[in-house]
Amino acid sequence: MSHGSSGSPAISAAGLRKDYGDRSVLRGVDISVPWGQTAVLFGPNGAGKTTLLRILAGLSRPDAGDTHIAGFQMRRSGGRARTLVGFVGHQTLLYSDLTCRENLVFYAKLYGVEDSAHRIGRVLERLNLADRADRRVRTLSHGMQKRLSLARAILHEPAVLLLDEPESGLDADSVASLGHLLKDWSTSGKSALLTTHSSEIGQAWADRVFILERGRLAGESPVHGNALPTQSASRPGAAHG
Amino acid sequence: MAAIAGRGPTDSPIRSSLRDPRFWLLVATAALTIIDGYLIFVVAPTDQVLGHIQRIFYIHVPISILSFLGFLVCAVAGIGYLIRRGEVWDRVAHAAAEVGVVFVTLALVTGVIWARPVWGVWWTWEPRLTTTLILWLIYVAYLMIRHYAPTAQQGRAWSAVVGIIGFVDVPIVYYSVQWWRSIHPVQVIGPEAADDALEPIMARILVFSLVAALALFSYLLLERVALRGAEDAVSAIRRQGTYD
Amino acid sequence: MRLLSATLAIAWKDVRLEIRSRDTVVSALIFGLIVVVVFNFGLNRTPGSLAPAAPGLLWVAYGFVGVLAMNRAFAREQEQGALDGLLAAPVSRDAVFLGKMLGTLAFMLVIEGVLLPVFAVMLDLPALSPTLGLIILLATIGFATVGTFFAAIAAQTRSREILLPVLFFPVIVPVIIAAVEATALVLQGGPMQAVWTRWLPLLVVFDALFLVICPWIFGYVFEG
Repeated sequence: MSHGSSGSPAISAAGLRKDYGDRSVLRGVDISVPWGQTAVLFGPNGAGKTTLLRILAGLSRPDAGDTHIAGFQMRRSGGRARTLVGFVGHQTLLYSDLTCRENLVFYAKLYGVEDSAHRIGRVLERLNLADRADRRVRTLSHGMQKRLSLARAILHEPAVLLLDEPESGLDADSVASLGHLLKDWSTSGKSALLTTHSSEIGQAWADRVFILERGRLAGESPVHGNALPTQSASRPGAAHG
Repeated sequence: MAAIAGRGPTDSPIRSSLRDPRFWLLVATAALTIIDGYLIFVVAPTDQVLGHIQRIFYIHVPISILSFLGFLVCAVAGIGYLIRRGEVWDRVAHAAAEVGVVFVTLALVTGVIWARPVWGVWWTWEPRLTTTLILWLIYVAYLMIRHYAPTAQQGRAWSAVVGIIGFVDVPIVYYSVQWWRSIHPVQVIGPEAADDALEPIMARILVFSLVAALALFSYLLLERVALRGAEDAVSAIRRQGTYD
Repeated sequence: MRLLSATLAIAWKDVRLEIRSRDTVVSALIFGLIVVVVFNFGLNRTPGSLAPAAPGLLWVAYGFVGVLAMNRAFAREQEQGALDGLLAAPVSRDAVFLGKMLGTLAFMLVIEGVLLPVFAVMLDLPALSPTLGLIILLATIGFATVGTFFAAIAAQTRSREILLPVLFFPVIVPVIIAAVEATALVLQGGPMQAVWTRWLPLLVVFDALFLVICPWIFGYVFEG
């Protein structure tokens, strides 16, 4: 699948640094995810996983370094880059007092989605929310809200998905269907980068694994079968929430 | 950090401070201030109408003018920071706002001391005094926003935009307060002060006071910028220490 | 074109949320009434009407009510992190600003419109005039512009309730002065020349200036 400049990877970041006051969260991170792969980002709490994802999504500005989505630089061509990203965060990014459909209609307008009614129907179907379409988000269970937030992220058919601990709060069935969705996603040539605490999920879903530790990339490897690289011992003192 | 590293083993603290321009600026400021005090309290003639209280005018006017300079520097450095992203710009903006707030506070206090005997009230909603008070409020908010920002980066960007908005607002505040005052004149009990009836010697002392205040302003600004630089250097060391 | 449709989508979303929950409008209305009642005890110590203090009272109440509404407008974005959703979307920051500002403007005008007749009765104001409507519109545009900008900053801190008024009121002083003076002239029913030559132009200049500056520097408010 050719998105943006030919030959550029789906996600790439070079020399990312980010400080929060007296703390360095990222200390020079280079990362690259090719097309058609699902990459999993492992690391202890406070390693900088969420910060890295937020920078890639264009929600946070790095102190140094550059990020590209499909060859589009976030700093210079933010509009193009953002159109190609779907982001699932810790929170659902939804409005509790709007219905599922209203939330999606709103985001469809922001992303300039054409034929939005049809597209919204499809993603609701895909995530098993069709029968709740006109319920207010507030009345949905936590797992359903998480699924809707995933629907929100894929609504504009992005080329790259960024998911921050997508499995948290999901029941086993939903986790399984998320796994299917990601499998289809990468088979169709698109890419995803996700963080997770569960090494099981990482092993099952990942084509490629990154280990982020204390603001630096401590390991990277493609996954062959179940050969997951072991995490180097992390000092508890390095974890800052 | 650079200053410590650059100091050779034979260098005493005194010799190194002799090479520091800030040291000489401090000396100049001290000399100018002492001479200024002599001029204000000994040389300047006593005002025939207002008496000794008029001498506060040589302090009040220069610090008011320089507080405006402080906020001009703050706004310009804020724009510089947003465009160039250099932390030096931010240090200058922050230091200028702090020195500006100190000067504005002094301007308000001296204004109140002046108002009591001259106008017969402690506080009067006179246009310049009122504008100065609002200026004070805006820049206190500027300093608060830095304090309340969750991260240093947010604090730098937020205070820069507040500095810009505040500076744009000041002339509008001044004109609106002046129009408002022209409808509701100030109740003046004591004799009116006439700024234009200034004797030549008084005008010259005022200019000298302005120079002395400018020296003090520049010294405080440079010292504060250097201190902010040192604070940032400490922060950088802490960041490294987090992991080593 | 994208700017306009995104702006309207954001504003319309806020209006719809408010119609659903009604929490801002209702609490703001009650709060506006409370301000007038409390000021009554502060100012009305001799028998008689509060009419001379009415213009000031009206605008103090509108100012406080505005702060309440603006704080709510951004609190809503923060509940489920929806602000991140807005900022991750390929929408320029000016569209986010203008959308939130239009939504806030709509609420404030509705609240002010409902409070006005109530105030007219309680404060014994003379008949309401179209000129007063124009004053309210222009002053409220100024409120909503500066207020939305500062609310976006305050919402990202833990002390938004205190930070917004501290930032908002000093900057908004010219609008308060112009609105109070113009309202007083309208209520007195005397010569209105100063309204047209002085106070309304002042409001227009303030609104225009900040409608240019605020969207322009709004992007810097979201530095994570």
